[in-house]
Amino acid sequence: MATTVLGARDVRPARFWASTNGKKAVMAVTGAILFLFVIGHMLGNLQIFEGPEKLNDYGHFLHSVPEILWAVRSVLIVSVVLHIWASVQLAVRKTKARPVGYSHRDNIASSYASRTMYWSGPILLAFVIYHLLHLTAGVIQPGGEFVPADVYHNVVAGFQVWYVSAWYVFSMVLLAFHIRHGAWSMFQSVGFNHPRHTPILKKGALALAILIAAGYISVPVSVMLGVVK
Amino acid sequence: MRLKLKIWRQQSRSAAGKFVSYPMDDANPDMSMLECLDVLNERLIEAGEDPVAFEHDCREGICGSCGFMINGVAHGPLPATTVCQLTLRHFKEGQELVLEPWRARAFPLIKDLVVDRRSFDRIISSGGYVSVSTGSAPDGNAILVSKESADRAMDAAACIGCGACVAACPNASAALFTGAKIAHLGILPQGKPERDVRALRMVAQMNAEGFGGCTNIGECTGVCPKEIPLEVIAAMNRDYIRGSWRERDNLVTTIRPFTEWSTGSKLKVDRATE
Ligand code: SF4
Ligand code: FES
Repeated sequence: MATTVLGARDVRPARFWASTNGKKAVMAVTGAILFLFVIGHMLGNLQIFEGPEKLNDYGHFLHSVPEILWAVRSVLIVSVVLHIWASVQLAVRKTKARPVGYSHRDNIASSYASRTMYWSGPILLAFVIYHLLHLTAGVIQPGGEFVPADVYHNVVAGFQVWYVSAWYVFSMVLLAFHIRHGAWSMFQSVGFNHPRHTPILKKGALALAILIAAGYISVPVSVMLGVVK
Repeated sequence: MRLKLKIWRQQSRSAAGKFVSYPMDDANPDMSMLECLDVLNERLIEAGEDPVAFEHDCREGICGSCGFMINGVAHGPLPATTVCQLTLRHFKEGQELVLEPWRARAFPLIKDLVVDRRSFDRIISSGGYVSVSTGSAPDGNAILVSKESADRAMDAAACIGCGACVAACPNASAALFTGAKIAHLGILPQGKPERDVRALRMVAQMNAEGFGGCTNIGECTGVCPKEIPLEVIAAMNRDYIRGSWRERDNLVTTIRPFTEWSTGSKLKVDRATE
């Protein structure tokens, strides 16, 4: 009996994913999810300035319904995986697309952030892994013992170690660069660009990138300065 | 005026290439970059040497034949100008100009500064057309086109297919070119019936050609002699996503990229792999 072999090209989502445009659309959507998470996480962090009780209660609240916690985590994990998978494939394509390089090529019309997404991305991944091991799983304990229920203590003890703070600040600056390009570029990837609105989006992306990074960085800086202890 | 040209010389695709320096002591500031190469070539021919190969046709910035990198910028330092329109007075006395061909896998080198851009032709033939019923001439005002649509379509249609966008892109992506072709037809009412399938086919061909993927960097529009805006890439993405969603049958075919010069050979038309 003859059988029909279904190739990747016959499955519509696979075909969409196989195209560079499809990958960028997926990166835009997953990037948007991660962008919203990053904003929420920062707002949560700022509660540290309201004292140990407030922050620890918040941490407790997040863990109160494990089903919801894991549902949110699964969405984030899937987003991260797809985002990275697409970017790795695009990076491989990039290296193949210009086998013989230029002796010299000038950049005249692009932002530093847009050209360094392939750098800021992997470093942020390394940071996220470190960060989860440090403050979620408590496997790494740079500032003394990890107390699962005492978020406040873990944060303050961790950030009192100078290199933990330095690494955190550095990563958040890279996050700002990543957002400065990503937050407007995702609109372009799903097909929205307008001569009047896109410049506003770009400015908005820059402003949010700075605000988000400043919000995150304020925590280790306050700990180092002894404002939060 | 005096200039120093450092030009990429390569006999053929398989030969090794290198930069060769040529002093130009008798350059006229009113000459175009290409006329400068003409003068150099006459000198080389008289000396019995191989002239520098470069592509050109109209020499008035409208055909898209010419183009190479000058000191790391596609079409040189002047915005919205092809190398045939770029006059030497924009350079400094005694300046060194490094001329290098477009570099991309989808633009294999032919000789010196000439590359094979048939990948662009294949993208256009895969969907860059509108189907019309032939017969008597259509009524002039039967299809109304708004001023705004006409302007936007005309702006996108200004693309001359020179390839500078690919050359300048850190990803070697052809998104600006393909976007311009998709947008200029898709914006007009005449192009609407085939809007979905056009985007699907042209994108499939673009990806089959081995260009890199667009990551919205924007170098392309900075060097484009026709200043095609990034907006056309968004238009391509929109039509591609829309087309992928609404597509009923898999009607997408791609032409297998070929880099050889045909002597009556057959084209192999595959179904889309991408
Ligand atoms: S988009 Fe601009 S740079 Fe690219 S091929 Fe068309 S005219 Fe040349
Ligand atoms: S020769 Fe026609 S555009 Fe330069």
